[in-house]
Amino acid sequence: MSVNKEFVRFDKVDKSYDGKVLVVKDLQLDIAEGEFITMLGPSGSGKTTCLMMLAGFETPTNGEIYLDGNAISSIPPHKRGIGMVFQNYALFPHMTVYENLAFPLRVRKIPKDEADKKIDKALSMVSLQGFAQRMPGQLSGGQQQRVAVARSLVFDPQLVLMDEPLGALDKNLRESMQYEIKHIHESIGVTVVYVTHDQSEALTMSNRIAVFNDGKVQQLSSPDELYEKPVNSFVAEFIGENNTFAGEVSDISNGRCKVKLANAEIFANPISVKGKGEKTTVSLRPERALINPSDKMDNIHKGKIEEVIYHGDHTRVRINLLGNSEFILKIPNSSSNLDIKLGNEIKIGWNSGDARALDPI
Amino acid sequence: MSSETKQILTTDGIPLEVSLKKAEKKNKIKAFLLVAPLLLFIIITYVFPIGDMLMRSVDDKMVTEMLPKTFKSMEKWDGQDLPPEEVFESFYFDFQKLIEEEREGKLSTQLNYTKNGFKSIIKKLRRKSKSFEEGNYKEQIMSVHRRWADVEYWRAIKRRAPAYTYQKYLKGIDMYENEKGEIINVSEDRRVHRILWMRTLEIAFFVTVFCFLMAYPIAHLLATLPMKYSNLLMICVLLPFWTSLLVRTASWMILLQQQGIVNDFFVMIGLVSDDNRIEMMFNKTGSYVAMTQILLPFMVLPLYSVMKTISPSLMRAGKSLGGTPFVAFWKVYFPLTIPGIGAGCLLVFILAIGYYITPALVGGASGTLISNQIAFHMKSTLDWSFASAMGLMLLSGVLVIYWLYNKLVGIDNIKLG
Repeated sequence: MSVNKEFVRFDKVDKSYDGKVLVVKDLQLDIAEGEFITMLGPSGSGKTTCLMMLAGFETPTNGEIYLDGNAISSIPPHKRGIGMVFQNYALFPHMTVYENLAFPLRVRKIPKDEADKKIDKALSMVSLQGFAQRMPGQLSGGQQQRVAVARSLVFDPQLVLMDEPLGALDKNLRESMQYEIKHIHESIGVTVVYVTHDQSEALTMSNRIAVFNDGKVQQLSSPDELYEKPVNSFVAEFIGENNTFAGEVSDISNGRCKVKLANAEIFANPISVKGKGEKTTVSLRPERALINPSDKMDNIHKGKIEEVIYHGDHTRVRINLLGNSEFILKIPNSSSNLDIKLGNEIKIGWNSGDARALDPI
Repeated sequence: MSSETKQILTTDGIPLEVSLKKAEKKNKIKAFLLVAPLLLFIIITYVFPIGDMLMRSVDDKMVTEMLPKTFKSMEKWDGQDLPPEEVFESFYFDFQKLIEEEREGKLSTQLNYTKNGFKSIIKKLRRKSKSFEEGNYKEQIMSVHRRWADVEYWRAIKRRAPAYTYQKYLKGIDMYENEKGEIINVSEDRRVHRILWMRTLEIAFFVTVFCFLMAYPIAHLLATLPMKYSNLLMICVLLPFWTSLLVRTASWMILLQQQGIVNDFFVMIGLVSDDNRIEMMFNKTGSYVAMTQILLPFMVLPLYSVMKTISPSLMRAGKSLGGTPFVAFWKVYFPLTIPGIGAGCLLVFILAIGYYITPALVGGASGTLISNQIAFHMKSTLDWSFASAMGLMLLSGVLVIYWLYNKLVGIDNIKLG
């Protein structure tokens, strides 16, 4: 079975609201059928605008969007057949849950008995059987959320858009809903385009993540690749925690470079630096740096502990290292790490392969 | 289980309920003192006047007080034949007292309301009664004028005996109680009030409809336009509030009169010929146009306040789920605006039903409303009790509409802002 790799295609899409500033710049993005893709980025990065263009509530200033091979810019929203979950759910407050779900079926003139079956199925999918006659106002936030998801799926769309659907929920509920939405996606195989500014949400749910900043996709890759191999400083900074050293490349050879800091030199993995003299920001994940390292590591330096924060399963330690007083270490909670005391000097080491020399901030 | 039945005590041993009441008491007094000035104001300016109006509309004490002895002696009279001598005698004494106090003129006016023809015979009686001799007053009074010997006139007097009457209410709907106590319509050429009531309802209804049709799109624009435009539009909507009602009405007169700007324009574009200008002033059209314009903000504001709360994502959801823009509007947006529609319509209708200045100025003969009639009786005929009766009928009409609205739509559904 061949999967349509270009089920949704943004082709050189530009969008500007005022004719002066481009909110989306030259967007080129393909979404495969059945994929769960997340648009992740800070607010104002253009991700919601992309979603609105796909849904038909905004028109691209330039370029074209294709859905299953057809240009859709001239098709009004109600003819696109795209399911959508809104940020504040947008349930119709004057209709019962049943009527809310029946709305898309009624406008499609689906006979009542068939519609009832679909509604039952959709409600059981979000485990809300028995809630059909409630009004949305009588439901909790999480339940309203599920109704909104069920409503966007009840008419069997091929594509569902979700615009920060979990933003209004509390942390625990948000996490359980993440899994629930992920399972629904896996079981029915619908294509989902999901917008969020919450990176952990994006990492847990998606097949691929498009990181947006400044109207552009900074990186489009799977969650693990995004975390392990960020291609630029913005992505490294935005996804997960990150220790940085700003410096200048002093030598580059054999897939390894030497970066000169203010008063030391470190080895790093040259990602976006090409030659000597270039300015760079070296990015290192906190869990890739170890205390009391073995001599095999090619970066070993001493630092002073400035702050110790107990987190239960691990301890976060802030260290003043090579002039960076914000260097964070995550140390697993074990009995061997008892010498972590405020003011102590400790040895810290990491492999140059994990320290990625990216573009300067 | 025992803890539920046992009275809960505070640490000091006082029952919790008592302690709570004590604690709440201060707050209650504070709250009451805060509303007290307004409460007093409402009682003085609203409850008292309406109570007074109610009393006035049914009050018929004047005649009762002027002829106390007469009515006492009339109690035994069956009203079939002429009253006995006793009644004539007490009437004579009552009447003499009135002459001394120079109040017999008022009596004649009052009795004339009940039956035409009293005025002249009371005047005559006053003149002749000076030379009355003691005893046999029946003969003497009857000889003054033949109407004094007519049992109908004595029945008319007896009808004024009760201190309270509902005659004014009957008059308000063009009915009256005849000599036999039957309630019948007044003759057809004198039925003015029913026409006025119907016209008032009709104008209020259509003004409400026109206001709704115009206000709905405006309110929608106001609620959806970006701030900088919607503020300007809001000022345009509120502008009438900042202009005197009289000025606005007068400007409509300038616009709509036969030699006015609108007619000039129609003549200019050839819609009507110069000698055939449209009459838009001093008739119903004038009332419709001016009242709709003046009452429009009262419809726009409640609608706006409701529309403002409707999230734009609801319409989007409606469309993304496959509804055409019309379906999304009709099934999603419109039902959510019903509280605003209810509030606006009720407000405009109730204001329109009692509208006074505008119809008085631009309504002419065919455009005046019941409130103008009330004012007429207050100022010109000085029949305050009749004016009060009609005022109360208007008030109860409004209450009936309110009740109907509550039955049909539900008053909880209303939203004024």
